[in-house]
Amino acid sequence: MSIPANLKYTASHEWAARNADGTVTVGITDHAQEALGDIVFLELPEAGRAVKAGQECAVVESVKAASDIYAPISGEIVEANTPAVDAPEAVNQDAYATWLFKIKPSDPAEFDALLDAAAYQEIAADH
Amino acid sequence: MAKRTPLYEAHVAAGAKVVDFAGWDMPINYGSQIEEHHQVRNDAGMFDVSHMRAVDVAGKDAQAYLRRLVANDVAKLAIPGKALYSCMLKDDGGIIDDLIVYFLAPERYRVVVNAGTAEKDLAWMKAQLGGFAVTVADRPELAMIAVQGPNARERFWAAFPAGRARTILLQPFQAVEWDGWLVARTGYTGEDGFEITLPAAQASAVWDKLKAVGVKPIGLGARDTLRLEAGMNLYGLDMDESQNPLESGLTWTVDLKDAGRDFIGRKALAALTPTRQFVGLLLLDRGVLRSHQKVFTPQGEGETTSGSFAPTLNQSVALARVPVGVAVGDIVEVVIRDKRLQAKVVKPTFARHGKALI
Repeated sequence: MSIPANLKYTASHEWAARNADGTVTVGITDHAQEALGDIVFLELPEAGRAVKAGQECAVVESVKAASDIYAPISGEIVEANTPAVDAPEAVNQDAYATWLFKIKPSDPAEFDALLDAAAYQEIAADH
Repeated sequence: MAKRTPLYEAHVAAGAKVVDFAGWDMPINYGSQIEEHHQVRNDAGMFDVSHMRAVDVAGKDAQAYLRRLVANDVAKLAIPGKALYSCMLKDDGGIIDDLIVYFLAPERYRVVVNAGTAEKDLAWMKAQLGGFAVTVADRPELAMIAVQGPNARERFWAAFPAGRARTILLQPFQAVEWDGWLVARTGYTGEDGFEITLPAAQASAVWDKLKAVGVKPIGLGARDTLRLEAGMNLYGLDMDESQNPLESGLTWTVDLKDAGRDFIGRKALAALTPTRQFVGLLLLDRGVLRSHQKVFTPQGEGETTSGSFAPTLNQSVALARVPVGVAVGDIVEVVIRDKRLQAKVVKPTFARHGKALI
């Protein structure tokens, strides 16, 4: 189970990375893709949509199950990884390279309050 | 605590992801479920199905008892070894379980039922014994391994050369017994192969021998997508006690030819005019069909009973119960989350014998 130290995490198994332009890139963790199994469908949010931290904003479906993806922070969706929709198995291959969407934060402090790798490690170990 | 089959240790050693299935710790997948699916469609794989329950029915009235108990007619099993698929029904025609009946010898049959319904089935079978000279014997100590795929029989023979002569002439739905084994040319994948029922103490050695000749372990996840593609019903999703066989795609398992045979549920089925039918759905839009999604048709609403991604088709499919009048080729709408997606009505056999059928 890979949990890069340079990313932030949520208890609902999303990762978040702050970009140089201030936007935040979001995906699901390696632990999450492993638990879901073969991923076959992604439903990603439209650019321009306003989201609140903790709000459902995407769906990842594996052969086994559908899983809601929650916005780690509040803000506006600025981009979705539409090429990934054509190759959802890329999430299984590399969950950290295959991001799902980018958010322009409305409150930068929310990002800092996300879990660090050590805190997420404890959560992932229990689930 | 969940029950474990004699192969539990082998699953864990092979890296299986173990989940609770009907009270049993069972492997859902070992690696990629999709790869396991293709392994069975294209080559050979094996499943631990020891959680399923064998029940032996023996005695002078064994045939008469089973002719009353199940909706198909076991009298058509003319030669020992022949088997049939059917359902046990309640008086109102509701399905208690689906099962396979093997005719082993005159006055001796074996019934194989689902794991999740085994205790209920046994209680029901015992409650129907009145007046019949029959014994019903639970055989929970037996293990079962299903070897499935186009190369499954050859691999089985490679592992057990002595079994070749005994099984090479078996037709589909035919079985043979030797040395405490029952080897049947049956399965739940739409592929050729055998289901082997054997003493639990031998299960692990047999599993290892099959593995050594290239038969890969396959989890229950791929078992589900294989059976769905093959259009085979799953008890508890596609039918249950609130549904009858005529509206569950199982009319072919009900035998009404002998008017004198009063099987349980017959009167209710005879009085029934089906208003719903069982069909296959092929999702045309992107997404994944699942159980209990609403289906909108010009003839009224229906419901998906089981659905998933179909690896052989690289598309999502479902079994669904829809109003009578909906026809193959029709386009209907399925509600997934808040969206209505388009699906095409097809015959509920999506893929078998390595090939897509639609």
